[in-house]
Amino acid sequence: MLAYIVRRLLYAIPILIGVNLITFALFFVVNTPDDMARMQLGVKRVTPEAIEKWKVERGYDKPLLINAEATGMATVTDTVFFQKSARMFVGDFGRAEDGRDIAREISARMGPSLAIALPTFILGLFVTVTFALTLAFFRATAFDFWGVVLCVAMMSISGLFYIIGGQYLISKVWRLVPISGFGDGLDAWRFLILPVLIGVVSGIGSSARWYRTIFLEEVGKDYVRTARAKGLPETVVFFRHVLRNALIPILTGIVVVIPLLFMGSLLTESFFGIPGLGSYTIDAINAQDFAVVRSMVFIGSVLYIVGLILTDISYTLVDPRIRFE
Amino acid sequence: MMGFQIIVLWSDVLIWLLVAAGMGVGVLIAKNPPLLSAWRRVGASRVGMASAVVLIAFALIGLVDSLHYRSQLESKPGQPVVYSVEVLSLLDALVTPLRTRNEKTYSEPFATRLYAKETIDVPGKGTVRDYPRLKYGGIHLGEREDEVAADVAMTAFRAAVLAFLGWLAVAGVVAQIVARDGSGWQKIWRGETVFAWNALLIMLGLILLIAVPLFALSTQYHVFGTDKVGQDVLYQILKSVRTGLIIGLVTTLVMLPMAVLLGIVAGYFRGWVDDVIQYVYTVLSSIPGVLLIAAAVLMMQVVIDTHPQWFSTSAERADLRLLALCFILGITSWTGLCRLLRGETLKLRELEYIQAAQAFGVSNWRIIVRHILPNLMHIVIIALVMDFSGLVLAEAVLSYVGIGVDPSMTSFGTMINSARMELGREPVVWWSLAAAFTAMFILVLAANLFADAVRDAFDPRAA
Repeated sequence: MLAYIVRRLLYAIPILIGVNLITFALFFVVNTPDDMARMQLGVKRVTPEAIEKWKVERGYDKPLLINAEATGMATVTDTVFFQKSARMFVGDFGRAEDGRDIAREISARMGPSLAIALPTFILGLFVTVTFALTLAFFRATAFDFWGVVLCVAMMSISGLFYIIGGQYLISKVWRLVPISGFGDGLDAWRFLILPVLIGVVSGIGSSARWYRTIFLEEVGKDYVRTARAKGLPETVVFFRHVLRNALIPILTGIVVVIPLLFMGSLLTESFFGIPGLGSYTIDAINAQDFAVVRSMVFIGSVLYIVGLILTDISYTLVDPRIRFE
Repeated sequence: MMGFQIIVLWSDVLIWLLVAAGMGVGVLIAKNPPLLSAWRRVGASRVGMASAVVLIAFALIGLVDSLHYRSQLESKPGQPVVYSVEVLSLLDALVTPLRTRNEKTYSEPFATRLYAKETIDVPGKGTVRDYPRLKYGGIHLGEREDEVAADVAMTAFRAAVLAFLGWLAVAGVVAQIVARDGSGWQKIWRGETVFAWNALLIMLGLILLIAVPLFALSTQYHVFGTDKVGQDVLYQILKSVRTGLIIGLVTTLVMLPMAVLLGIVAGYFRGWVDDVIQYVYTVLSSIPGVLLIAAAVLMMQVVIDTHPQWFSTSAERADLRLLALCFILGITSWTGLCRLLRGETLKLRELEYIQAAQAFGVSNWRIIVRHILPNLMHIVIIALVMDFSGLVLAEAVLSYVGIGVDPSMTSFGTMINSARMELGREPVVWWSLAAAFTAMFILVLAANLFADAVRDAFDPRAA
């Protein structure tokens, strides 16, 4: 098992290097630092001196890959690639446009992101699995039919509508909770209810339909027929056998998103003014803060790869037939 | 008659290419019995046909909006001909009243007065603060402003009667086609036809009954109201359709060749080719989609902003930005299909008939084209229709985040983005958002239902 995990981790390294190279190519080769400087400085203040100053301040004045002027190791290390891209591997993300340390900012913003994403994830999973199970239990009835119709309708509604409509109805018309904002400690719950609720509701449509298919697939299997043949009541068949077995593909399928919960949700956080990583990313995109976007791309990939490894491990844990090859 | 200059935007080229490709595929399908029978199953599905009619209606709007021109400006004889910088489409020309009759600011649907009080001069009474009369909305009523409801009902009724007659004519033709002896009506009504004519005709009737009165009313009123700068919301909705369709269709067009080629090659040849392709798509798919799109779009903006000399009109710039967005979305979304096709090819290549072909000495590429590709078509078609709705929804989100289409281009996303603060003001302006969300909902719902029908027909195991 340990050897397997180590091998999976080693396999992640070339992928991260690939991600790093892609971001490097996107941010420094497709556009030269000069282009970025012009963009950041605005049309009025563009002078060769200003561009040069902007580049020196951020360390973009070095050669991209190989510094011919330096000697020894410095030919490789004293370059934009090494200083800006390669150092992300050790958690050094440099500074944002406003001069703040990106790594510190990220660790401070993970908390609020998680405070929204984790309850949404757990509650959402519970609600959708329950709903899908009910649909599968009443399969081929009118209830099932209209439930699926509801799912298709709900997944056809834009996520923006859930947020805008929910904020309008619950916060503005009914005045139940504040429209947006975030508080410290336990006081934050008032701000969290609405985004979590909206997050859960907007996810029901597509996941419930998908889980229902998984349940129905499981119901058609031989062991279920055997269970019925021995005379077990339908409820026992369903909750003791079908539910347990169907949860395996559902749970292993969603393990991959667990690490990404740290990243938060771009839309929810920016609409509700939550100081998490999602709104950090949005602000960076709007301010064209390339250093922050680059860092978020890298962190996002790291978390996703962690999720993939966790998925593989969870498969092998729940299904002994899968060997550690 | 004013002269005009035909403008062919890149997205127009792709859209019409897509139409041509669709017809080509249609011919191929007609020659391929298994595919034809699968499409017959789609044709027999009531939900599938009803949603297809809705999709075709949207597609027609988009196609009419994909023929562009620049009209000639008035110039003195002897001077060189100058064309307007404004690029218009055939749709713009057809709905000129909607496009040009702009009010000053917000007005409610079917309103005759503005939504904000202003200081106006009333002859004989001096200045008063009141809701000023609209410049165009309900202007034919003159002083009889209280008759709006009656007038709207009357116009709508007349148009509905017209629509019903038109529908009867179409339905009559269809009934004749179904059965020459006059029993066609009965067969259609009872659903005894193989092709789901009843669903198709009912949906067509519904669309006509809604669209014709709406169009008749829109010449006299702002049926969906006007937005902050006084532009008709119905016009914006019509213009948004093309953007949504392009995002949904061109993106799959961009990613399809890459996904199909790489997926098959990886699965068929295995070995180092497989390793390289797997590495590439693992790397790309491990970057969270939104972030990769954000990074790529930011970079694209820099390129566009630093090269203004590439574009002669702002429409061209917006158009290229739209295509770049499609391209970026394609790059980020081909990996899923590629993985699917690779897995399926791995299974197919072990089958006896492929091994037999190999034993006969048939070349690898011939095996791929003749034996593997046709057996993967159902996966490709399912992926194509399933992706569409997701992409239309994604466009709205991306435009909200600020990494979507050009702000000057009308789309559901830019409409929602510019209208999202309006629910917060007093009194509430709801019609822009409601119209955009409803139109998008109808488009996406139709696409989802059609996708389900296609999937059920091509892959009976799922669903």
